Amino acid sequence: MTDAPLLSVRNLSLGVQRKGRPTTLIVDDISFDVAEGERFGIVGESGSGKSLTLRAIANLLPAGVKVLSGSIQYRGQDLQAMPAKSRLRLAGQEIAMIFQEPMTALNPVMRVGEQIAESPRRHLGLSKAAAMDLAIDMMRKTGIPDPAHRAQAYPHELSGGLRQRIMIAMALSCSPKLLLCDEPTTALDVTVQHQVLRLLEQLCEDTRTALVFVTHDLGVVNQTCRELGVMYAGEIVERGRVKDVFADPRHPYTKGLLDSAPDFDQPDRELVAIPGFAPNLADRPDGCPFQPRCAFAVEHCATTRPRLERVLPGREAACFETGRIFEGATA
Amino acid sequence: MTTTPAPTLAPIETGRRAVRSRSLRPWYRNGSLVAGIVVVGALILVAVFAPLLTPYSPVAQNLEESLQGPSAAHWLGTDQFGRDVLTRLIWSTRVDLRIGFLAVLIPFVVGSVLGGLAGYFGGWLDVVVMRLVDIFFAFPFYVMVIALVFVLGAGETSIYLAIATVSWVSYAKIVRGEVLVAKQQDYVMAARLGGFSHLRVLARHIGPNVLSQAIIYAMSDIVQDIMAIVTLGYLGLGIAPPTAEWGSMIAGGQEFITTQWQQATIPGLAVVITSLGLSWLGDGLSDLLSPDRRK
Amino acid sequence: MTDVTAQPEVTAQPVVLRVANISKEYQLGQGLFGRFGGAKKASLKALDGVDLELRRGEVLALVGESGSGKSTLAKILVGALKPTGGDIDEAELAAGAGRLERSRHVQMVFQDPYSSLNPRISVGSMLAGLLRLHRVVPNGEVRAESIRLLNRVGLQEDVLHAYPSQFSGGQRQRLAIARALAVRPDVLVADEPVSALDVSVQATILELFRSLQDELGLSILFIAHNLAVVQHLSQRVAVMYLGRIVEVADTADIFSNPRHPYTRALIDSIPRMSADSVTDQFEVEGEPPSPINVPSGCRFHPRCPVAIDRCRTEDPGLSPVGPGHASACLLAEELPLYRGVPALKEEQ
Repeated sequence: MTDAPLLSVRNLSLGVQRKGRPTTLIVDDISFDVAEGERFGIVGESGSGKSLTLRAIANLLPAGVKVLSGSIQYRGQDLQAMPAKSRLRLAGQEIAMIFQEPMTALNPVMRVGEQIAESPRRHLGLSKAAAMDLAIDMMRKTGIPDPAHRAQAYPHELSGGLRQRIMIAMALSCSPKLLLCDEPTTALDVTVQHQVLRLLEQLCEDTRTALVFVTHDLGVVNQTCRELGVMYAGEIVERGRVKDVFADPRHPYTKGLLDSAPDFDQPDRELVAIPGFAPNLADRPDGCPFQPRCAFAVEHCATTRPRLERVLPGREAACFETGRIFEGATA
Repeated sequence: MTTTPAPTLAPIETGRRAVRSRSLRPWYRNGSLVAGIVVVGALILVAVFAPLLTPYSPVAQNLEESLQGPSAAHWLGTDQFGRDVLTRLIWSTRVDLRIGFLAVLIPFVVGSVLGGLAGYFGGWLDVVVMRLVDIFFAFPFYVMVIALVFVLGAGETSIYLAIATVSWVSYAKIVRGEVLVAKQQDYVMAARLGGFSHLRVLARHIGPNVLSQAIIYAMSDIVQDIMAIVTLGYLGLGIAPPTAEWGSMIAGGQEFITTQWQQATIPGLAVVITSLGLSWLGDGLSDLLSPDRRK
Repeated sequence: MTDVTAQPEVTAQPVVLRVANISKEYQLGQGLFGRFGGAKKASLKALDGVDLELRRGEVLALVGESGSGKSTLAKILVGALKPTGGDIDEAELAAGAGRLERSRHVQMVFQDPYSSLNPRISVGSMLAGLLRLHRVVPNGEVRAESIRLLNRVGLQEDVLHAYPSQFSGGQRQRLAIARALAVRPDVLVADEPVSALDVSVQATILELFRSLQDELGLSILFIAHNLAVVQHLSQRVAVMYLGRIVEVADTADIFSNPRHPYTRALIDSIPRMSADSVTDQFEVEGEPPSPINVPSGCRFHPRCPVAIDRCRTEDPGLSPVGPGHASACLLAEELPLYRGVPALKEEQ
């Protein structure tokens, strides 16, 4: 096990710059590490910036959104500073991404076997035949029945679950060290989601692939990830081990999220909604971004922005009042 | 369980603060729209106040003064009948603009209604309308218009009939396409479930959502129709002389292109300016009415 | 089909909506899907014999995955789609009622808050239009009634002149609910009304449904795929698979004592939030098949981990397995025996 983390995001800020207008900050100064083989979940709602964070790592930011500051380091190398070609090569071989909607991520006019084979041919230098063999093998590993035959199919001929498996096969075909997942099971049926998540878990175990898993589903993150970052309005407000955070949240937003989500194992618990409105990114308040909706806010929450600070071993929270609010909490 | 103090249940996700203001960009910042309004507005004013702007009569002949060059008395000179060219130019704004707007109205209404009904009800109605559209669409615009006017005889009514016969199809296609898309939206089903009749749903619920594209198209259609009228006038199939009309002015001024070139070219310039203004208006409206669409 | 209503009634509430043996079949053109030999025409059976009852004042959840037919059933219940077979019996509606009367009886809330409101009609116009059409109140009171409706869903008077584009997803759903309530319906069909909303916003809409049920005595058919939401809000649950209802029971009952393998698989696939919850690991293979190719015998048998030979040939209907609990499985009685590690239960 190496000392340095596999992925290190430091003070990353993303925003939209339009000429003649002030920059709109979408992700504000976030930092996190992902160790080799680690499973790191990023949880948040709309406007949290979680998807864009992932895209920034993958170098797939949409037009207009730019990295304003900060660094993304992979195995100690600054991805931003690399020449484009090197970054592309690195991305192909070591970093892979899977998306929410498999239909738009798969090329509709190319057979799925070819699509899986594309990456190994390019990045591993395999011949056409060897790459296709690899592709079929990957399809078998992802549990697709009759893979040799299915490799000839086009995406539209396959169901959502199968397409997602194809995407996983594509992503893992070059045995990447880092797999980025952007809500990969949100669009799937519940039983299919279960199968796909188990598959991901297993494959990543087998190949020691690290996972950065973005989702809004608290149950999914609990099941799939070990470490967790909770994002709100472009900031990470709490970080720690999933099970610990869920059992004993140390940020009012995390607590609010947990209280408002229906938990299957606690059917009698009243749902408590978070008061107020989703954050308006164009109109950021000066202090803590959650302050307008926080029932525990005090005066200086509105004027000074809290930073992520260690509150427990292995836990960080960006809240001035975390001690006062959560004191006396059962461990 | 934790012993955190229970937060007070503040009003949740409701209320005044959350209602965002409506417009994305004020209309006066829309360059095309402003330019269009200015030009078209000016033209309309010119047309309306024509009698006040011109000291001369557009039709009365004055042969002693024929074919004079530009002077203080006649800014653009006179034509072969001694009529002031500038006066005729201004008066023909009335004719061309009026006919242009009216010629678009009938196809707009007829085409939109047929297209809307076809798209909404589908079935045999859709088949019949679309086959009609295919038939009429097959003929080139100018060929049909000229042929029809020739057959019906020159004159304003013939122009309306000819243009209407040919151009309703575009509106039908546009509106039908929009209706087909709008039909899929949940709010249409919600309207039906609310108890509204088909006709009411089509007119009141779907209508406002689909007509904007037709209106935008109508702007460019006016330009096309004015070109058609001018062409007809040039060919001698348009408005009968001695009424001033840009097309007939161009035709009349052809002979004198070497000596009094302004007689033929200035009306042409007027046509260009009018088309430009209407195009800008169309572009501006397109931004305004459907800002989320790619053009 | 076994008549589920023949069991002893658990609640004494009258039935406000009942459907019997509903089927919906679509004829497909030749050669459109897959390969066909000769002149065989395929048909898509979205619904294949569905019996359902909704009682006054209850929330009945309809749960299912793709191809289950739950959306088709919802559309038939509100009258937007005509079934190819079966009867709809709206108990409180006179026979031969017209479109207006039907729309006063059953209303619908849609899944997508961004397409369910007409972008060109203001909130006030939308409500006024309905109130006037149905003459819910005299003309002079339309505005007051609109405000009352808005308050009912937690919105204020000042939204009357606003347009849908000015609102967030959660607020739009409130508007959609206000619209549905305008005609004072007896039944509300909610088709995945919170699926498109953020987690923290979902809670507010769920509470709204709960309060409508309590205060207005509204009967709600709640279609959802999130079982945690279903468990939280509904009194009864009906599970659909490939065009049939395969299990129906009271909520507490169905989650603690499921009697159909598909239900168990659904429950086991819920991603759990509690650190130490364990599940049966009742796994199913494969995907929900397409309604074009309904398997022979029990439609679930190809994916069922406990299927026996009989399941390939016999097509079981809903049979009672307990008070208010029915299941369409040949092994319904023995199913609890297959339990592995029991799921985390609440203290009794």
